[in-house]
Amino acid sequence: MEMTAKSVSAPKKKESQALKSFRKNKRAMFGAIFIIIETLLVILLPIILHTDPNTSDLLSGKYASPSAAHWLGTDSIGRDLFARLLSGGKVSLLVGLSSPLISVAIGLPLGLLAGYYRGVIETIVMRLADIFMSFPSMILILCLVAVVGPSITTIIVVIGVMGWTQIAKLVYGNVVSIRSKEYIESARAAGCSDAYIIFREILPNAISPVWVLLSFRVGGAIMTESGLSFLGVGIQAPQASWGNIINAATDLSVLMLRPWVWMPAGVLIVMTVVSFNFIGEGIRDALDPKMKRVD
Amino acid sequence: MELEERKVLLETRELKKYFYNKSGLKVKSVVKAVDNVDLTIHEGETVGLVGESGCGKSTFGRAILRLQEPTDGQIFYRGKQIQRLPFKEMRPYRKEMQVIFQDPAASLNPRKTIMQSIRIPLEVNHIGTKAEQQERAEAMLSYVELNPSNWYKFPHEMSGGQKQRAMIARALITHPSFIVGDEPVSALDVSIQAQVLNLMKKIQQEEQLSYLFISHDLSVVRFLCDKVAVMYLGKIIEIGTKKEIFDTPLHPYTKALMSAIPIPDVHVHTKRIVLEGDVPSPMNPPSGCRFRTRCPYANAHCAEVEPTLDLISGEHKVACTRLSEIG
Repeated sequence: MEMTAKSVSAPKKKESQALKSFRKNKRAMFGAIFIIIETLLVILLPIILHTDPNTSDLLSGKYASPSAAHWLGTDSIGRDLFARLLSGGKVSLLVGLSSPLISVAIGLPLGLLAGYYRGVIETIVMRLADIFMSFPSMILILCLVAVVGPSITTIIVVIGVMGWTQIAKLVYGNVVSIRSKEYIESARAAGCSDAYIIFREILPNAISPVWVLLSFRVGGAIMTESGLSFLGVGIQAPQASWGNIINAATDLSVLMLRPWVWMPAGVLIVMTVVSFNFIGEGIRDALDPKMKRVD
Repeated sequence: MELEERKVLLETRELKKYFYNKSGLKVKSVVKAVDNVDLTIHEGETVGLVGESGCGKSTFGRAILRLQEPTDGQIFYRGKQIQRLPFKEMRPYRKEMQVIFQDPAASLNPRKTIMQSIRIPLEVNHIGTKAEQQERAEAMLSYVELNPSNWYKFPHEMSGGQKQRAMIARALITHPSFIVGDEPVSALDVSIQAQVLNLMKKIQQEEQLSYLFISHDLSVVRFLCDKVAVMYLGKIIEIGTKKEIFDTPLHPYTKALMSAIPIPDVHVHTKRIVLEGDVPSPMNPPSGCRFRTRCPYANAHCAEVEPTLDLISGEHKVACTRLSEIG
């Protein structure tokens, strides 16, 4: 026989292959690098430059134009906008990253269970999701915040909890289609337990669109936080967030004549959301063996 | 008789698999996909199960492996009832009973390499050390003549025939005694079919396996099987040795099936029996004999009495009340 074990290429580690594929993906790498740099700047710059986001500069006054003292000018009560941009970035990134994780932590297991076991669990989870989705989330959040009191933690938890339905429905739909595939039956025929089938056979195949949705949720969470701040139940003054910086643009004169007030925060939100989307797509493609690039 | 000396490996008694179409708590309709099927499979024997699409042959194959839980009836494996065993007690039998599905593309997890998929039965059943599992997997993949360069590929990088041979390797890896082949070659090209069928035959002779070979392709059944069961609308209507079924089919339905096999000889003229109409809906099967709506010999009596599977001669059993009249 010409087939000998010698000709077998050593099994490459799957993780390193996925990492390699991710690194070759230019857009995903752009997104990852952007987010890393942004995070570092937001954390380190205030320490290095000793910026103060919460004190009014009485000398420069309100709505000062960009200058050496205030790189992005000052806001309606004379606070340094560059300092507020950095300080707000910390909050926005924190909300943007943590609340989608809460959504996934709730939605992923519920979606898996509902799709795999069907029956009563399916009915309960899916009807619950329908109730959550049909309820105007803004009003629910307003009520919750009114009861619990506004804080960053409340905002993160509330946005996270409200987001579980999308994740659960997406995972559920995938699991339902995957569980009828013959490789699931052949796993059962091999003696695999339900837990093995759910986590080792179904999950890796059901998770890929979740990465993309997750990256959208990051953007969505930053937006929702902005909206809540606008309504006055989000991040409370004097703490800055990108959302409440942009809210200054509701003043028509600011919108038209002082773009330096709201433009940087707007651009950063867009760039952050786009970067997360690139990362999400990159992870999805890196984990898909069919997308393996030819070396 | 040679066959009576053989031990019974698997037996079903009055096996039923019904699908209930429920709306709320009310049962709207019942599909009797498998209805009272008795079948005995001996050690080392290949039983062919033939019938049209939708007659319940695949459901029967899945029900005896408990991939779909049977509604009622008994399954005996080496004399032990297995139809109600809980998961943990069923596990030892899972090693003994394996399955090869029709579509090799759907039978392998697209995110696992062939090697990873092949080793699953050993891993979940905790057979051997990691090194032994690897060794066994490599031995099985070589046995099904899968080139080592394919061992670490993903399913989408391989052809249908290669994937089906990998599935055979996986089915064999726990040294089973019984394999259900659910149309294992019908998704493959004809040239690849022969390759896979020869492999399955070789394996059976070397490993003393029993097969339940589900197929609608009669020439394939003739090549591989010792015994043939013909199924129609959830019931076995005729069963016997390959010789009995192919040489002297008795049931009108079996006769019609046999007349459809092409004979590669221009001088032989056979009368093709063409059945009228379609298979009736299994939701609402005809009263009495289920085949009567399409049977050229049916009369009023057939609508009243449900025929039983009666022994005619040797191992040949037929379910038809008018057997003596139609000859």
